[in-house]
Amino acid sequence: MSEQLLAQLINGLLIGCMYSLIAIGLTMIWGVMNIVNFAHADFLMIGMFTSFWLYTLYGVDPLLSIPVCGVLLFLLGWIIYKFVVSKVMTGPALAQVVVTFGVSIFIANAAVFLWSPDFRMIEKPLLQGSWIMGPVRLSIPKAVASIGSIAITLALFLFLRKTKTGKAILAVEMNRSSALLMGINTERVNALSFAIGSSLVGIAGAFLSMYYYIYPQVGGTFGLLSFCIVALGGFGSIEGAFIAGILIGIVQTLGGYYFDPAYKYAIVFALYLVTVWIRPQGLMGW
Amino acid sequence: MKKPTVLQAVFYAALLAALLAFPLVVKGTFPTHVMIMVFLFAMMGVAWNILGGYAAMFSFGQAAFFGIGAYTSTILLMNYNVNPWIGLVAGGVLAALMGAAIGIPCSNLRGHYFAIASIAFAEIVRIHFNNWKFVAAAEGLSLPLLPDSLKNFMFHSSKAPYYYIILVFLLLSVLICWYISTNRMGFYLRAIKESHELAKGMGISFVRYRLYAIMISAFLTAMAGTFYAQYILYIDPESVLILPISVQVVLVAMLGGAGTIIGPVIGAAILLPLSEITRVWLGYKGTGVDMMIYGALIMVISAYQPQGVWGYLTSIRRRAK
Repeated sequence: MSEQLLAQLINGLLIGCMYSLIAIGLTMIWGVMNIVNFAHADFLMIGMFTSFWLYTLYGVDPLLSIPVCGVLLFLLGWIIYKFVVSKVMTGPALAQVVVTFGVSIFIANAAVFLWSPDFRMIEKPLLQGSWIMGPVRLSIPKAVASIGSIAITLALFLFLRKTKTGKAILAVEMNRSSALLMGINTERVNALSFAIGSSLVGIAGAFLSMYYYIYPQVGGTFGLLSFCIVALGGFGSIEGAFIAGILIGIVQTLGGYYFDPAYKYAIVFALYLVTVWIRPQGLMGW
Repeated sequence: MKKPTVLQAVFYAALLAALLAFPLVVKGTFPTHVMIMVFLFAMMGVAWNILGGYAAMFSFGQAAFFGIGAYTSTILLMNYNVNPWIGLVAGGVLAALMGAAIGIPCSNLRGHYFAIASIAFAEIVRIHFNNWKFVAAAEGLSLPLLPDSLKNFMFHSSKAPYYYIILVFLLLSVLICWYISTNRMGFYLRAIKESHELAKGMGISFVRYRLYAIMISAFLTAMAGTFYAQYILYIDPESVLILPISVQVVLVAMLGGAGTIIGPVIGAAILLPLSEITRVWLGYKGTGVDMMIYGALIMVISAYQPQGVWGYLTSIRRRAK
């Protein structure tokens, strides 16, 4: 029994790392601009499809698509910010909530239109199979994706703490008007944070494409989970999102295993509701 | 609230007369169907507006109340032979209680946090109904066919009776919303919207009025759900409990103008024909084009006309004066 538990815990941890990488991009955008990007998971889908088409058309392995996805989604994020999101920054609160829903519906259905709603998979990625260590079967692509997601989280952390641009982003997150008074170009910081957040989720998409089905509506569940992770971790807190992502991965796996697999997401949402009831600002928020 | 002028009174009377005459003049089922959908979503938009427009609780979980209404009356009818009109009230009461149950933990949440909590709640309900044997899980329920009558809430020969019923429901919702907005509760809700702290400082029981708003909104939305079940005669979790329904309700209110009484009705009158017609014309192959137009429309409205159509008209009128 305890071996089973260990296997489930490790599985949850691996899923959790992936969730963390998806959620930190979202929490960054949320923290800096106070905007929830409901299209975030559709950017994930774009990342997955980019990796899929590079593999199918040119034989590029998903591992090599990672930087391509990062750059492509960076540009897409920048464009979406400039032409859509920046227009609502001073608008009513409701417009800020709804605008990215529009982006999400548009992107997901554009993908249906272009590539049909079929499920696809990358047949033979470089990384496949699993390591078997006693009772634990460790899927290699999942393990590599998890290590990659931890590395990228650390890199983001260093970027925000050590570079001038990173510090500017943190300053805007703390207090927009003071940052503006200190001579920080807040508009540029907005665009940059949106682009970096999108880029991170694009990278997550490339990782995910190594072992997950690829289809236009793939964003649905990942999107809802990442909102819960971000709110659970606390407003704009990258550490919070990282911890909450792993927590939710583990809760989901254990809940699915011991209770009922059909209810694994329901358990996660219930956990979210209970947490915000007790701590409306989330685990690490202030 | 100022009294309507003679001109306005004449306008509203003429509009009402035109709406009453519509099914008698226009033949064919499709236009009547589109009008029924307009009224249905206008009603839900009005109900959402009590929450989102006046109290700034942006609920993206209205589908949960809609589905609870649809399922309650249907289960009562199928398993216990309860009249759908009683089922309608029962569904409304159950949805209001659910609203209160979810409203208490969410009562301190604002903005995005409330929006996400409402999605989480609606998703739990959807997942549960998808797996709950008692309500036939994902298979869905087909309503038993009863003879045509107002008492049975079922009409097979014509859509006109459904049209009049949903029109009455809509008028009722508009009246309730108008009553709330011109009375104490409306002012309290708007005060809470402006500033939580200030409203609290003035001694407004913040949680209580938010709960009232959720319960009223849930009741009306559940009524719409029962109507939908009686009209379509088949329900399953993927047709009454999904997020796109909640999103459409928000859009209807926002397009017309959130926080105004008549806004959601205008929003529904624009959005529903558009989505029904594009669906019939373009969406039959599942190409996604209809939803692409829909998504683009949302982006354009929120980025360039976030006050909605009614807000735009009001601002023009103010400028003219």
